[in-house]
Amino acid sequence: MENKSMKGWLYLLPALIFLGVFMVYPLIDVFIYSVEEGYNSASQSFYGYGAYNFSYVLHDTYFLQAIRNTFLLVVITVPISTGIALLLALAITSIEKFKDIYQTVFFLPYVTNTLAIGLVFMILFKKTAYSEGMVNMLIMAVGGSSIDFIDGPYWAKMFVLCFYTIWVVLPFKILILTSSLASVNQDYYNAARVDGTSKWRIFYKITLPMISPSIFYLIITGFIGAFKAYSDVVALFGTNLNSAGMNTIVGYVYDMLYGDSGGYPSYAAAAALILFAIVLTITCINMLVRRKYVYI
Amino acid sequence: MKVVLQNLTKKYPNRNKKIGGEVTAVGDFNFEIPDGQLIGLLGPSGCGKSTTLNLISGLIKPTSGKIWFGETDVTNLPPENRGIGLVFQNYALYPHLTVRQNITFPLENLKGDKKLSREVMNDKALEAAKLVQIDHLMDRKPSELSGGQQQRVAIARALVKVPRVLLLDEPLSNLDARLRLQTREEIRRIQQETGVTTIFVTHDQEEAMSISDMIVVMKDGYVQQIGKPQDVYDDPVNLFVAKFLGTPPINVFEGKVKGGKVYVGNDAIGDAANVSDQDVWIGIRPEGFILDENGPLHCNMERVEVMGRDVSIVSTNPCSANVTVRSIISSDIKVDRTKTDVRFSVKPHKICIFNKDTEERIHI
Repeated sequence: MENKSMKGWLYLLPALIFLGVFMVYPLIDVFIYSVEEGYNSASQSFYGYGAYNFSYVLHDTYFLQAIRNTFLLVVITVPISTGIALLLALAITSIEKFKDIYQTVFFLPYVTNTLAIGLVFMILFKKTAYSEGMVNMLIMAVGGSSIDFIDGPYWAKMFVLCFYTIWVVLPFKILILTSSLASVNQDYYNAARVDGTSKWRIFYKITLPMISPSIFYLIITGFIGAFKAYSDVVALFGTNLNSAGMNTIVGYVYDMLYGDSGGYPSYAAAAALILFAIVLTITCINMLVRRKYVYI
Repeated sequence: MKVVLQNLTKKYPNRNKKIGGEVTAVGDFNFEIPDGQLIGLLGPSGCGKSTTLNLISGLIKPTSGKIWFGETDVTNLPPENRGIGLVFQNYALYPHLTVRQNITFPLENLKGDKKLSREVMNDKALEAAKLVQIDHLMDRKPSELSGGQQQRVAIARALVKVPRVLLLDEPLSNLDARLRLQTREEIRRIQQETGVTTIFVTHDQEEAMSISDMIVVMKDGYVQQIGKPQDVYDDPVNLFVAKFLGTPPINVFEGKVKGGKVYVGNDAIGDAANVSDQDVWIGIRPEGFILDENGPLHCNMERVEVMGRDVSIVSTNPCSANVTVRSIISSDIKVDRTKTDVRFSVKPHKICIFNKDTEERIHI
């Protein structure tokens, strides 16, 4: 028995070493950075330990702006994208002709580079001295006045960001949901049909509970993904996010490390830990909700 | 409710496009099921028995032919308007609902003036549950039940709306051997208590024979024989039916009819006075043999298997189409195991002969 467990650990060792070096050690390091006050990365010196870094970050207007942006992004995009993905997955599942083609088309954005999609969105939304951009042309065609979506008012920028995020995360969600819908045993639907169950009731009472594990999986990963948003924002608004007022938490962390105002690993570490705490809390809440509503 | 199937046919386009054409899943099925009977649809897998059941349920539409429930033509009615209860092979119990919620599910679908109050629904569910003896399990989830209990829940769910016809698709195939025996009697009891016309599908001939009022034997989409279990067993219309029914299976010999006698090799085992001389298949049920020192049929003794209630003599014969010839005799009769040969006479009414080419029965 003793020998056997030794062997087990031996097999696990390579993975454990990698996890230790690249996950556990940095995590501990981040925690240490976050409590070292006045840390200077050039001289590797600091005054002492305390919670000042957290207090600084939490009072930084840029950070508060980043938190607001991130929360808005999460709250808006996760439910909408999951809902749209569910509708599209149901539609794809219910058609018979060209099912594969539609599945491929809806999956295409997933294999496309974020920055490339960002470029397409720039072309659609950006207003320059020479051109109004596609979307503004449409707005003007129906009688509205043009809006600067990239450098204009906050809500317009937020709209583009949410639109973009939803567009980018859709394919993965559709993929998961279509396969989840396909795995529901046809007999349940037949049984319901024999009993004269209405379409809506079949969806609400059978389909939804059956695929609820997938939906919760998507909500949790969606929350985490949206909280970590950064590259999408850069793709749309460039790297100077603070002045654009569109920074996210991860963007703030990056700026504190390497940006123009950077060189403050302690602030970055504190911000990263705050993000970690937020994601952990949300995930725990999700898990509790899941236990109540998901049957498995 | 009387159920009438009239020239019922279901064809599917061939999946293999190279061959093309159509595959007949069910061909020209005619049967009038009397009210309140228990009918077993029996056949090997792929014979169209489940398709027939689904046609009756309305889950699939026939290519041609008609289905009548009593005096109403239900051929074009959707399943929910046919008044059927259907029990699926895997039971299809909703895993996220409790037993009570599963049973009340069909009732909750009722609309308009048929709508029931929650109390009435619960009462009806309890009544159905009592019938199948699961009323103590109402608040459990299906995953917390044994296979047999799940089966009962499925039957209760099918019965709660008081269907005109109850359909069961391979109801016992997911149960272990002991539970199967118990459950099939249970199905019989429930059917007799409710008096609902019941049709069930099975590939297990023993199951079908033991509880059905009538059995329908199918092969490759076509009905081979319909009748009372004992009649079909004793009087098969062709070699397929003869081979399909009975455990241990019927013994088949290559033989011939010559001068009004039935021959296995050179052994004249019985009379066939009105049959012209020809090569035939001869079928003899294991219980058709009598151990007889002077009997006409010579076989080589292989071994003797003791079953307690009776003894089975396993022997070989050069004309046998099976590897061995199995005969079942009463355990009171002493068998001399040291002998290398064994002789039988055959009960005259247990000899069935079949045309060598068409395998149709030739009546002696």
